[in-house]
Amino acid sequence: MMDCHFSLLYSAVLAIIWTLLYSVCAMRDTILNSLLAAAHGLSDEQKEFQKMAFDFAAHEMSPHMAEWDEKEIFPVETMRKAAQLGFGGIYVQPEVGGSGLSRLDTSVIFEALSTGCVSTTAYISIHNMCNWMIDTFGNTEQREKFCPELCTMDKFASYCLTEPGSGSDAASLLTTAKLEGDHYILNGSKAFISGGGDTDVYIVMCRTGGKGPKGISCVVVEKDTPGLSFGKKEKKVGWNSQPTRAVILEDCHVPVTNRLGQEGQGFNIAMRGLNGGRINIGEMAPDLPFLARDHLLVRKQFGEALSNNQFLQFKLAEMATKLVASRLLLREAAVALQESRSDAVSLCSMAKLFVTDECFNICNQALQMHGGYGYLKDYAVQQFVRDIRVHQILEGTNEVMRMIIARSLLSESG
Amino acid sequence: MSPASVFVCLSLTLLSDYPVIRVKPDNSGVVTDGVKHSMNPFCEIAVEEAVKLKEKKFIKEVVAVSCGPTQVTETIRTALAMGCDRGIHVEVSGKDYEAMGPLQIAKIFAALAKKEEASLVILGKQAIDDDCNQTGQMTAALLDWPQGTFASEVTIDGEKVKVVREIDGGLETIKISMPAVLTADLRLNTPRYATLPNIMKAKKKKIANMKPADLGVDMVSRVEVLRVDEPPTRLAGVKVETVDDLVAKLKANGTI
Repeated sequence: MMDCHFSLLYSAVLAIIWTLLYSVCAMRDTILNSLLAAAHGLSDEQKEFQKMAFDFAAHEMSPHMAEWDEKEIFPVETMRKAAQLGFGGIYVQPEVGGSGLSRLDTSVIFEALSTGCVSTTAYISIHNMCNWMIDTFGNTEQREKFCPELCTMDKFASYCLTEPGSGSDAASLLTTAKLEGDHYILNGSKAFISGGGDTDVYIVMCRTGGKGPKGISCVVVEKDTPGLSFGKKEKKVGWNSQPTRAVILEDCHVPVTNRLGQEGQGFNIAMRGLNGGRINIGEMAPDLPFLARDHLLVRKQFGEALSNNQFLQFKLAEMATKLVASRLLLREAAVALQESRSDAVSLCSMAKLFVTDECFNICNQALQMHGGYGYLKDYAVQQFVRDIRVHQILEGTNEVMRMIIARSLLSESG
Repeated sequence: MSPASVFVCLSLTLLSDYPVIRVKPDNSGVVTDGVKHSMNPFCEIAVEEAVKLKEKKFIKEVVAVSCGPTQVTETIRTALAMGCDRGIHVEVSGKDYEAMGPLQIAKIFAALAKKEEASLVILGKQAIDDDCNQTGQMTAALLDWPQGTFASEVTIDGEKVKVVREIDGGLETIKISMPAVLTADLRLNTPRYATLPNIMKAKKKKIANMKPADLGVDMVSRVEVLRVDEPPTRLAGVKVETVDDLVAKLKANGTI
């Protein structure tokens, strides 16, 4: 599980077609145009992307979100529909089938998509990250071989860095890749791999050289390669619409032509992928304050609507403020990354840290505001809380984010 | 011979989000400031049908047209992103826009259809804010073209169009010659999502600008809105014990 992505809750889908037209459009437009302003500051084109992504999330994802979670369904067909709209390789070059959009465009799209299902959007963004890594660091043959099918989601991808013994300390990974003739022989295991076992293309960081980051290379392992196997499907608190398994490599022969970039470049490639991934993992939950507000307006206790209660009003205000602040920081980080600014890495870490912490709090607070109902699986709030909780952990824990930011600050003063 | 161009006429409507739509204090209309507007859902269906006809190679070009203030160009862009080839924005704003009704719009569409030699004009059957259900029919009358309204299925057969219409009694199938006017009903199709590449291509497609005067259309309304009121608040009901009580009460208040 590497990438965290925007997740937005989008729960109210009414049964009748007429009201579906009205209410879906209304909720989307409420989110887009209210004070919480998801559409403000965007170009006309970005607003179109956003509107389209919101609609897709509302019609194709939101109605199934609970079922995917409960039955642990990996929604291949829905994701392929998304790919047909260009969501399989959002920031991959058009000549290999991608949509060629910017990081900011991408963050707007994922923010909107996540209203439909956090977990599925998270996987889509991991897939996009892997696709981008091949597009950016692969040679012409590799790009032409892998990217087109990843863009259409005919094939799915997984990112394999974490191991049982190396999570935060990723550079200490132990999976080896010994060169023998024109093949690498891979041995080792990867843990917590999103999509593991159900995906087709595995981007594996492995050790071709000595200790530390400079000894690591990045290799593409295809499904059904002898020596590639998987652990049991993990039982998780959330992110249930994507399977998570250990990836096991036992004398797995991978052609040298599947190596991305140079030997020793693997760690750098992995981290470059994560910078963008960190932006995508900032799950926004932009409709959670609305869900909470709507509940407060309706629920009456002590003779009046909860929305008259000052404490709850203040809580709502705090949620809204944190949401807008999160969005601004995230979009700024996206812009910094696409402009290759010197502060990009720090900003991406700051954004990831701030947004994931705040948005979990927002979701949690929204659940609290729903009272007992918030704890029932009939209500979508709890799924958001469960799905979004992991975003503070993966893609680099929020503790690691602090390490990166501190290191950058301290080296500046030196 | 395949038809040259199809006009899809779009309407920008108020989204009816019940907590938000309010009658103006002077009862002259509904508050529209700050209320989100969007492409009329039936117009989306009309766009989808036109684009499908083009994909099946029955028609060469789809032109998206809309009348209204600048906001309306966003709607035209969405239609372009769905696959229309170019757009025409007929600018109507201020008092003219507030007074604009189906007849004025129909005059504009009719003038444009004649000017551009359209073979088919497709509209949504009605706008979801005023529910008039008149523009398509009026356009056809002004052009003296046949009309296939409430279409739930459209097939082009040479120079004719076969339209399956949803009517009160069921489904009616008619065959009309082109040029013709069609209005889209709910079950005609499911509008596609614009794809990311198409949204980007839409930026390069042209939207022409013009005014009603350029088409020789007079925008004066023959209809004056006297008053707009909210529907009466629903009163509580009364429970009765027996059927006799019920009959007595109904007789007492003059219902039977």
